[in-house]
Amino acid sequence: MTHIHIKNLHVAYGSHTVIEGLDLEIPDGGIVAILGPSGCGKTTLLKSLNRLLDLHEDVTVRGSVLIDGEDIYAPGSDLLALRKKVGFVAQRPFPLPMSIHDNVAFGARLHELPTVADRAATSGTVERHLRRAGLWEEVKHRLDAPAKGLSIGQQQRLSLARALAVEPEVILADEPTSALDPLSVRIVEAQFRALRQDYTVLLVTHILRQARRLADYVIFLYDGHLVEHGPAETFFNAPVDPRTQAYLHGEIS
Amino acid sequence: MSRTRRCRMDRLARWAMGGALGILGIAFAGLLLSVVMRGLPHLRPSMLLADGQGGGIAHALVGSLCLGAGASVLALLLALPAAVALQRAYAPPRIAEAAALVLDLLWGTPSIVYGAFAFLLMVWMGVRTSLLAGILTLALVMVPVMTRAMTEAFRSLPPELWEQATALGATRGEITLKVALRQALPGLVTAFLLAFGRGIGDAASILFTAGYTDRLPGSLMDPVASLPLEVFYQLATPDPTVQSRAHAAALLLLILVLGVTLISRALARRASRHRL
Repeated sequence: MTHIHIKNLHVAYGSHTVIEGLDLEIPDGGIVAILGPSGCGKTTLLKSLNRLLDLHEDVTVRGSVLIDGEDIYAPGSDLLALRKKVGFVAQRPFPLPMSIHDNVAFGARLHELPTVADRAATSGTVERHLRRAGLWEEVKHRLDAPAKGLSIGQQQRLSLARALAVEPEVILADEPTSALDPLSVRIVEAQFRALRQDYTVLLVTHILRQARRLADYVIFLYDGHLVEHGPAETFFNAPVDPRTQAYLHGEIS
Repeated sequence: MSRTRRCRMDRLARWAMGGALGILGIAFAGLLLSVVMRGLPHLRPSMLLADGQGGGIAHALVGSLCLGAGASVLALLLALPAAVALQRAYAPPRIAEAAALVLDLLWGTPSIVYGAFAFLLMVWMGVRTSLLAGILTLALVMVPVMTRAMTEAFRSLPPELWEQATALGATRGEITLKVALRQALPGLVTAFLLAFGRGIGDAASILFTAGYTDRLPGSLMDPVASLPLEVFYQLATPDPTVQSRAHAAALLLLILVLGVTLISRALARRASRHRL
């Protein structure tokens, strides 16, 4: 299992500090929920783990993030290998301008994985990951149709299938259900539950109930600081920090 | 302000806007009508087959199409890479903004300035007016329009496109080639045809550079006629039969620009509907 170790992480956009001195070892495997009120740095923390923050202008990152012992912020670190290892599901799905089939195969083709070496292998791979994302039955007869035509809920599951096809070891999910209708939320949550055996899933959410339903481990951020973290049971039943208690009681949200 | 006064102001504003629209409408309708009425009776199919010596305007039509097609393809070769390079992922915002400012300035520069500049260059190099010189000058006129419109097409792409493709492990080049170009295609097509439309109707830039002739162009080094200059020169003659050719040429130019506009719109709509 991949191991993530964050050391003294600082992130700032311009002069505005978002994460300040965060130290954390993330447990391997299972669903790790990152909880906290909006604007507390959850998404920033998540995007620091696959260096997606690099796309933002004016962002400064200090400290280090070790993934399997290698600092991903060290000069010359292999970003493509990092993003192969650490998959990402965004808050709002964005289907690439191509067919459903090609969306799933896109990342795997970039990385020239043996699973997409030829046509037959590719269609097997596409099917496997669409099944895994719980989308296969709905799209199996229209794999060549544009992915834009899917509903938002389906698009989000396509995003998941697309991320899985790259064969990552860690999955970062940024409020993956916030744009979805209740039925799609249930389906997507079920897929995540099924993934916890094989992956470390980092799930950003501001929905307390979702964290209760899914999390094995919880990280609670407040105003850019790590307040409390621990196994879900301890976190929800015996929180130590008064801010955590206030959050769990709905006094801050 | 009292309520009746506010209502009156509202009505006044609506009248003012309606009036402005009406004036514009009448002006354009008048212009169109005059071109159609003067041009249509003289626009015979035989005119499209004969060149200036045979009493037709084929030389100008072919000339314009050669100039327009050559220049827009050449402009595309410069504008597309430039617009790609000005994307957020490549160019720092300050450079992109400066480039946009310069392009806007060049877009607004009268095309006679381009023509004069190219002419000076030609005199200095000892080159005569020719199709090639016309194409090069017209391409210069088109590049700012095309680049600017293409930059906008790329700029309007959602940031999620870059974020999610990057997260899948794609490099900037791969995202540009495999995702961004495809997603921006309708906008890029519109940009291309916008520049083509501007170029094919332009007279000033080719006045000194492409020259003028009665004949069909034989080679890139020959002078070439064009519809806008056909209108310009022939309207100035006292001979009514020659003048009628100018009217026909004006109508043909209008039809050409209208056709290009309609096709570009249809293509853009089609591309966005069938966008994969």
